[in-house]
Amino acid sequence: MAVAAIKEYTAVPRDLVANFHGKQLVYASWDRHLLFAAPFLLCVPPEMPFGELVSGPLSMLVQADPDAAAIDWHSVAWLKANQPWVPDFAASLEANGITHKTQLRFRTPGLNSLSAA
Amino acid sequence: MDMKVSKKKLGLKEKYKLMTRDLGWEPTYHSKEEVFPYVGYEGIKIHDWDKWEDPFRLTMDSYWKYQAEKERKFYAIIDAHAQNNGHLNLTDARYLSALKIFLQAISPGEYAAHKGFARVGREFPGVGTQVACQMQAIDEIRHAQTQIHAMSNYNRYYNGFHAFADTRDRIWYTSVARSFFDDSMSAGPFEFMIAIGFSFEYVLTNLLFVPFMSGAAYNGDMATVTFGFSAQSDEARHMTLGLECIKFMLEQDPDNLPIVQEWIDKWFWRGFRVLGLVSTMMDYMLPKRVMSWREAWNIYGIENGGALFKDLARYGIKPPRGWDDAEKAIDHMSHQFMLGLYQWSFGTAFHSWIPSEDDMNWLSAKYPDTFDTYYRPRWKHIKKLADAGAQFKNYGLAKLCQTCQLPCVFTEPDDPTLSCHRETVYEGETYHFCSDGCQHIFENEPEKYVQAWLPMPQLFQDPIKGDLGEWMKWVSLLDGKDNGDYAGSEDQKNFEAWRGLATTNQ
Repeated sequence: MAVAAIKEYTAVPRDLVANFHGKQLVYASWDRHLLFAAPFLLCVPPEMPFGELVSGPLSMLVQADPDAAAIDWHSVAWLKANQPWVPDFAASLEANGITHKTQLRFRTPGLNSLSAA
Repeated sequence: MDMKVSKKKLGLKEKYKLMTRDLGWEPTYHSKEEVFPYVGYEGIKIHDWDKWEDPFRLTMDSYWKYQAEKERKFYAIIDAHAQNNGHLNLTDARYLSALKIFLQAISPGEYAAHKGFARVGREFPGVGTQVACQMQAIDEIRHAQTQIHAMSNYNRYYNGFHAFADTRDRIWYTSVARSFFDDSMSAGPFEFMIAIGFSFEYVLTNLLFVPFMSGAAYNGDMATVTFGFSAQSDEARHMTLGLECIKFMLEQDPDNLPIVQEWIDKWFWRGFRVLGLVSTMMDYMLPKRVMSWREAWNIYGIENGGALFKDLARYGIKPPRGWDDAEKAIDHMSHQFMLGLYQWSFGTAFHSWIPSEDDMNWLSAKYPDTFDTYYRPRWKHIKKLADAGAQFKNYGLAKLCQTCQLPCVFTEPDDPTLSCHRETVYEGETYHFCSDGCQHIFENEPEKYVQAWLPMPQLFQDPIKGDLGEWMKWVSLLDGKDNGDYAGSEDQKNFEAWRGLATTNQ
């Protein structure tokens, strides 16, 4: 459906990648670990290797969860845009197909200290 | 000496006719379409504007007289409250967090409603409608003013009250209410009436004001209670206007039904998301609680709302699309939202805190199926971190919903252990949502919502470019004063010291 309007309606999105000074937004969440109230919003350059995103900002942010130390990053199951997906840790976000506002999710079956089973 | 001439007084009905309906002359210099250009494009068909009922039959002259009397009483009590250090009669200064959120997020909504009603009063052709909208426009600006005045006394003593206008415009947790009103004000006049007149004033207002005003009464805040009494008689008129409007649309033409239904679906869900803020006030922020959010929903949502939609069924109206999802969320939303407010409290212009053992026992009694299973373990872990000297701060910031603009804190309707992830691609851009309800609203009018100003992504754009300190300045948040845990805050220290002076001989 289109918006009802009295004349032609043009709209410019407010969050285009061009507004982020060479960086882009990436969303990341740890399934069934709701100590973190919402998916994380990260603002990172597209050239950043995926492994660096994981060992850097993502590892830092999840530290408050008691399961954090037990994560084996190479065996977790990943979802990209809610579809199963296998990352290349050495390749950049861009080469991994992680574009502006991509949502990543990861799952760690068996690790659920704070979650009701 | 002049002789007194006894003038014949007009009857109420005559006066009403003279001062309202008789103003509706037929234009001759311009066509009706030119005078009222916005009344047709939404697709609502009206055949006879005189069928608009105005049961209050209030005329402007009596309106002024009546409201002026109320204002005089209101300001007398506000003065007395200020002079007698009424703020020290509060149960506890934690109560102020509810007040701060109200001032930052809801009072500006009253002002937005004022602008909206002033506009639609001009855009509707019917005279009864015009007069009713005009009065409501004046009510709403009075409500904004009297709320601000009622709370301004607290600004002399406590943090977090000093920059509510910047907070309303720029901070993140207020954007759910701001975007609700912006969305309605950028819609056509009929949709505005469904959004504010019906959804907000009729379906949701009790859930918003009853807990707020009763909460004020339970917690010793006489200033706010007085505002509540002053506004109450206006609310009855507002609710009637909203209901009359929806019945009028449905009775005028059967083609209006699907349009009205879509608006009801949309504005119910948008309003429900605004109530997310209220649920945290009721369950967590009032030191002396009135009732739980669940109990309030049972009375004002299920019973009252249910009766309303039963009444509207004769027009073919069905309960709003999100009704079942709302019911599933009731036992979770206040906990999910409050956990978020606490972990992002470095960025809030109010205080939050870890609920005490007593508070948690109250929560598990009120939420026997959810609190101990899902939420107590999280609060206990957060308490453990705090006791070890490492207050839990989530610097990850949050993904926001493109439609309601809240952080995506909500879970799948049927799985409270899994966050709800929804996304769609429109013209090559990805957009995220907190729920099916919000995604549905977006997909009906994507051109509108791609323009959403989302506070968290905005933080990484100009002029802030990701600098948290600069962001705090920009939203007028005083770090270490307005924000953070209540425990150890200036508000806590001052309240305890002043109250100590007032109640002991130390």
